[in-house]
Amino acid sequence: MEKNPWREQFPQLAGKDEAFLDSAASSLKPLSVIAAVDHYYHDLSVNIHRGMYASSYEATRLYEEARAKVAAFIHAKEEEVVFLRGGTAALNLVASSYGAAHLQPGDEVIVSQLEHHSSILPWQALAAKVGAKLVYVPLDPELRITVDNVRSVLTSKTKVVALTYVSNVMGYITPLAEIIALAHASGAIVVADAAQAVQHLSIDVKCLDVDFLAFSGHKMLGPTGIGVLYGKSALLAEMEPIEFGGEMIDEVNKDRSTWKEAPYKFEAGTMPIASAIGLGAAVDMLQSIGLDAIEDHVVRIRRYAFTQLKKVEGIVIYNPTADTGIIAFNIEGVHPHDAATFFAEQHVSLRAGHHCAQLAIKALGIEACLRASFYLYNTYADCDRLVAVAKEAVRFFKGVGF
Amino acid sequence: MADLDNLYRQIIMEHYKNPRNKGLSEQPGYVTAHIKNPSCGDDITVQTLFADGTVKDCRHDGHGCSICCASASVMTETVIGKTVAEALLLADNYLKLVSNKEYDASVDLEEAAVFAGVNQFPARVKCASIAWQAFVRTIEEQK
Ligand SMILES: Cc1ncc(COP(=O)(O)O)c(C=O)c1O
Repeated sequence: MEKNPWREQFPQLAGKDEAFLDSAASSLKPLSVIAAVDHYYHDLSVNIHRGMYASSYEATRLYEEARAKVAAFIHAKEEEVVFLRGGTAALNLVASSYGAAHLQPGDEVIVSQLEHHSSILPWQALAAKVGAKLVYVPLDPELRITVDNVRSVLTSKTKVVALTYVSNVMGYITPLAEIIALAHASGAIVVADAAQAVQHLSIDVKCLDVDFLAFSGHKMLGPTGIGVLYGKSALLAEMEPIEFGGEMIDEVNKDRSTWKEAPYKFEAGTMPIASAIGLGAAVDMLQSIGLDAIEDHVVRIRRYAFTQLKKVEGIVIYNPTADTGIIAFNIEGVHPHDAATFFAEQHVSLRAGHHCAQLAIKALGIEACLRASFYLYNTYADCDRLVAVAKEAVRFFKGVGF
Repeated sequence: MADLDNLYRQIIMEHYKNPRNKGLSEQPGYVTAHIKNPSCGDDITVQTLFADGTVKDCRHDGHGCSICCASASVMTETVIGKTVAEALLLADNYLKLVSNKEYDASVDLEEAAVFAGVNQFPARVKCASIAWQAFVRTIEEQK
């Protein structure tokens, strides 16, 4: 077996006879992240901002240091990085605050059928409330979002373009830079769902000129319960908070109160402090390895698995040209839930279902599919096992009469 | 693998391939219940016709994995002709059996007993349950 230099950092893999191929749902967590979370709980365990004593000061420092690390990672300013519960909360904040303040009846929001539900439903709900319209970018024959197709639906009524940066079903990268330039030229802002992008692509929010960018910690080696909304300073400054409570206020009066500046006005109440600190450690690891090295590995591994898998008779692959580490597939004539049980029995951990992207699954014209997703700790041996078990599965289901 | 072989036994595959009582009725009097498993897309509608305290007819439609579809078919065959009280007792024990809870082994689940193997697969309990849950809902609604 080839030596994977990163595998031993992931204690979840130790001593397990398993091919873990579900990193698009949540990545594994390295020792350094676990240690950072542990350090907070074990040695500090106190609240931030409020305390006037050493451990609180230290917890605050670590929390803000994590923000600085995330900011540097995406080339943002610290005050443009809002910590939230996850990518879902980040996308909801944009719609509920920025969207609610700007959308008028008749305005249009461009989305796509490739979106994760969290990138579409906040806009769908808001559009219904204010009488705005959701407009779907037509997808190309491979089901990709293209610049030309965005151009074809962009109008003077378009206020917001909300698109996924990397599709969590197809693994396609959206040509965001061109789309953003186009949207800006027509007066719309762009919200990018980067939940499947930050762990694969280096992102420079200034180069991209993206208005909002959302992602989750747990898919990029970090803990659950923490996510990030990047927003341009000017946009965050004009936005109203959607949650009110402790720590986000400037001054409270009986009838009217004022808020802190961004990002603090969006971080009401006690935050997931340990998770934020853990996310800082995750960013450290991604940066020390380098996203280019990670992506190089992921793309190689995925190509290897794809090349073998497509030769297996009875397997249909929906995204042969994926740009990142995802294979969406089915066993012909076998419901993916039946298939996933077979894979699980053979210790291949896959996801089966619609992957929180029902519109993408409908666009594929299927009920559901299997998804294998790869990350830095996956090996050629994992791919071999996937392929071997896929062959056995085809044989098994044929054998029992499917 | 033995567990899996056991799960996809003849009866389950036979009902999956040739579902009984499939397709909804247009006749009046049926009570309908619809259950979806949003995480995997299983989607089952069950229709029951009650008369004089018995299950006169029971039909199902929808789509899903083999366990889901086969259990719907077996369910209809099992409950048709039973009194409502008998059918409810069957449903209750079946749902306990597949979810690995304590059940009354003296209740004869007939063909539905083959789904016992599901309790080795926690991820599939829901698949085997939704048709029966929909049936129970039709009983609750006719009251
Ligand atoms: C593309 C995409 N967007 C958004 C999300 C939502 O992330 P979370 O569930 O961590 O809030 C996910 C995670 O499944 C995703 O894949």
